[in-house]
Amino acid sequence: MLLLLFEQFLNGLQIGLLLFLLAAGLTLVFGIMDLVNLAHGSLYMMGAYFAAVFTQWTGNFFLGALLALPAGALLGIIVEVVALRTLYTRDHLDQVLATFGLILFFNEFARVVFGAGGMAIELPSWLEGQVEIMPGLPYPSFRFLIIVVGLGCAGFLYLLVQKTRLGMLIRAGASNREMVGALGIDIKLLFTLVFGLGSALAALAGLMSGPITTVQIGMGDNILILALVVIVIGGIGSIRGAFIAAVAIGVIDTMGRAFLPNMLGSFLNPSDAGTLAQALSSMLIYILMAAVLVLRPAGLFPAPGR
Amino acid sequence: MPALMHKPVTTMIAVALLGLLALVPIAAEAFDDPFMLTLFTRIVIMAIAAVSLNLILGYGGMVSFGHAAYIGIGGYTVGILAHHGVHAAWIQWPLALLMSGLTALLIGLLSLRTKGIFFIMITLALAQLVYYLGNGAYAYGGDDGLTILKRSDFGGLIDLNHRPTLYYLCWAVLVAALYLCYRTVNSRFGMVLQGAKSNDRRMATIGFPVFRYRLTAFVIAGMVCGLAGVLSAAFTDFISPAMMHWSRSGDLIVMVVLGGMGSLFGPLFGTVAFLLLEEILSSWTEYWKIVFGPILVLVVIFARGGIDGALMRGQANILMAGCAGFFLLYGVHSAYESDWLIPTAILAAAFALVWLAKWLADRRASAKEAGHV
Repeated sequence: MLLLLFEQFLNGLQIGLLLFLLAAGLTLVFGIMDLVNLAHGSLYMMGAYFAAVFTQWTGNFFLGALLALPAGALLGIIVEVVALRTLYTRDHLDQVLATFGLILFFNEFARVVFGAGGMAIELPSWLEGQVEIMPGLPYPSFRFLIIVVGLGCAGFLYLLVQKTRLGMLIRAGASNREMVGALGIDIKLLFTLVFGLGSALAALAGLMSGPITTVQIGMGDNILILALVVIVIGGIGSIRGAFIAAVAIGVIDTMGRAFLPNMLGSFLNPSDAGTLAQALSSMLIYILMAAVLVLRPAGLFPAPGR
Repeated sequence: MPALMHKPVTTMIAVALLGLLALVPIAAEAFDDPFMLTLFTRIVIMAIAAVSLNLILGYGGMVSFGHAAYIGIGGYTVGILAHHGVHAAWIQWPLALLMSGLTALLIGLLSLRTKGIFFIMITLALAQLVYYLGNGAYAYGGDDGLTILKRSDFGGLIDLNHRPTLYYLCWAVLVAALYLCYRTVNSRFGMVLQGAKSNDRRMATIGFPVFRYRLTAFVIAGMVCGLAGVLSAAFTDFISPAMMHWSRSGDLIVMVVLGGMGSLFGPLFGTVAFLLLEEILSSWTEYWKIVFGPILVLVVIFARGGIDGALMRGQANILMAGCAGFFLLYGVHSAYESDWLIPTAILAAAFALVWLAKWLADRRASAKEAGHV
C-alpha cells in the first residue's frame, strides 16, 4: 500500500513538473509583461509536433528534442513580434480575445500541416523499459526522466531568476515595469527574450508529454487552463509559487484519479465510479483555486510590489 | 452615459435586422431551405446568451469567462427533469431559471470579491467546476451527454415540435431580453452599475453598496443565459458537458466584443456576424478557423469597439465595406449550392441594408454640418 502510494505520488510529481514547465513561462510573461497569453497552450502543442517531426526526420528522440527547443523558442518570438507586442498596453479582455484567436489559428494550422490523426513520438529502446528506483519499486524510465528534467529545469530557473543579471531584470520587471524601463533597460528586448524563454519551456513540456499521450490537435487547450490555475494559485509572476502550486495540483489530480474509483467502487459499479472519480478529482483542483482566491486574492506567493 | 443616446443609425439597423430575423421561417418555407431555419434558430439562441453576457461584461465591466455554464445549467435542468418524466414546461422552465439564478448567485458571491484578471480566472474556474459536474453526472450520460426524448410541454398552448413556432418563441425571448437589458441599463440600477464600471471606489464612497448591485446584475444575466440554455436544449433535444466547455464561454465573449461591448444591440450584431462567418467559412473549407482566428486578432488590434463602435464613430464606410464584403461572400457562397433565387435575394437585402446605413450616415453628417453653421 505504501509503495503504491509512493508510486502514485511520483506520477503526480511527474504531471506536476510538466505543468510547472508550462506554468513557468506563463507566469513570467504574465508577471513581467502583464500579458494573459492563452496561446501558450498552442506553443506547447507546436513544441510536441516539432519534436515528433524532427524525431521522425533524424530518427533519434534526443536530436529531435534538441531541434524542437529552438524551433519552439523561435515560433514564440515570431508570435510575440507579429501579434502580441501591440497588446501589452491593452486591457486583459483584449489580450484574452486575441490570444483566443491565436489558439483557433494554431489548432487548424496543425491540422493542415501535420494532419488530423495525431502523431506518436518514438522513444529509444532504453527509455521504453523500467528502472528500479527503489528496491521493489520499478518505475517507467521515461517518466523518471521527466521528473529529473523537470527538477533540473526548476533548479535552472531558480538560479537564472535569483542569481543572474537577467533574472534580476526579470524580478524587477515583475515588480515595476516602468521603473526598469526608466533605468535604461531595453524593455522590448527583455520582453522578447522572456517570451522566447517561456516558449522554449512550453515546447519542452510539450515534447516530453508527447511520448506519453499522443501528439494531437487541441492537446494544449485543457492543460493551458490547468497552467492558468497554477499561476493564479501560486501568485502571478512567482516562479516559486508556480512550482509549489503545479506539484500540488499534479499530486491532487493523480491521487484523486488513482484512489477515488476504489473508494467509490464500494457503492457504485466500476464504470460509473470511474466517470465520477475523474470528474471529482478535476473538480478538486478548481475548488482549491476558488478557495485560494477567496482567502488570498493575489495567490500564495505574490510578486512584491504588485 | 445613457446607453441609447442619439444612436439612430444603430437602432434602425438593429430594428431592421430583428425584422429580417422575424421573416426567416417564411423565407425558409418559400425557398424550401430547412437548414436556414436551423442556422438562424441557433443564431437567435446564442444572441440571447450574448445579450445577457453584455449586461455584466459591457455595462458592468465584469469579464465573466464562464458564462456558458448557465447555458449548461438551464439545459441540464430541462434534460434531467425530462429524463425523470417531468415534461410540463410550467415546472421545467421556472425551475431552470431558478437553478441558473442560484448558480449565478453562488459564483457571483465568490468571484465578485476579486478584480481584474483574478475575476476572469475565478469565473473560469467555477465554470470548469460546473463543466466537470456535468462530466461526472454518470446517471445523465457523463461526458457523452443525454438525449431528450420529449420536448417541454406547454399543455397544447405552444407546440415546440413545430419548428417555426420554436423559432418565433426564441425570437420573442430575444426581443424580450433586449428590452429587459434596455430597461435595466437605463434605470437607476443600471446607472449605478455603469458608474461602478468606470470607478467603483467613487461609487462606494458616494454610498452605493457596489457589491450588491453587481451581484444582482450577475444573477439577472445568469438567469437570462439559463433561458438560452433551456431553448438550446429544446432545439437540439440534447444536452452534454460540451455546451459549457470553456471555449464556448470564449465564443460568447468574442460575440459580445465583435458586436460592441456596452451597446444594446452590439451582441446581436456580433452573434449574427460570428455565426454567419463561421457558417460561410466552414462551408468553404474544413479549416475555417485558420481564417477566423487571424480575423479575430485583427479585430481586437484594429477595430476597437466592434461593429457598433464603427457605427458610433460614423465610420460607415469601413462598416459598409465589411458588410458588403460579408454579404458578397454569403451571396457567392449560396450561389454555389442552390439556384439563383436565394443569392439574389440575399444580395438585394445586403445592398438595401448597406444603402440604408449610408443614407442615414449621410443624413446625420449633413444635419451635423447644418448645426455647426
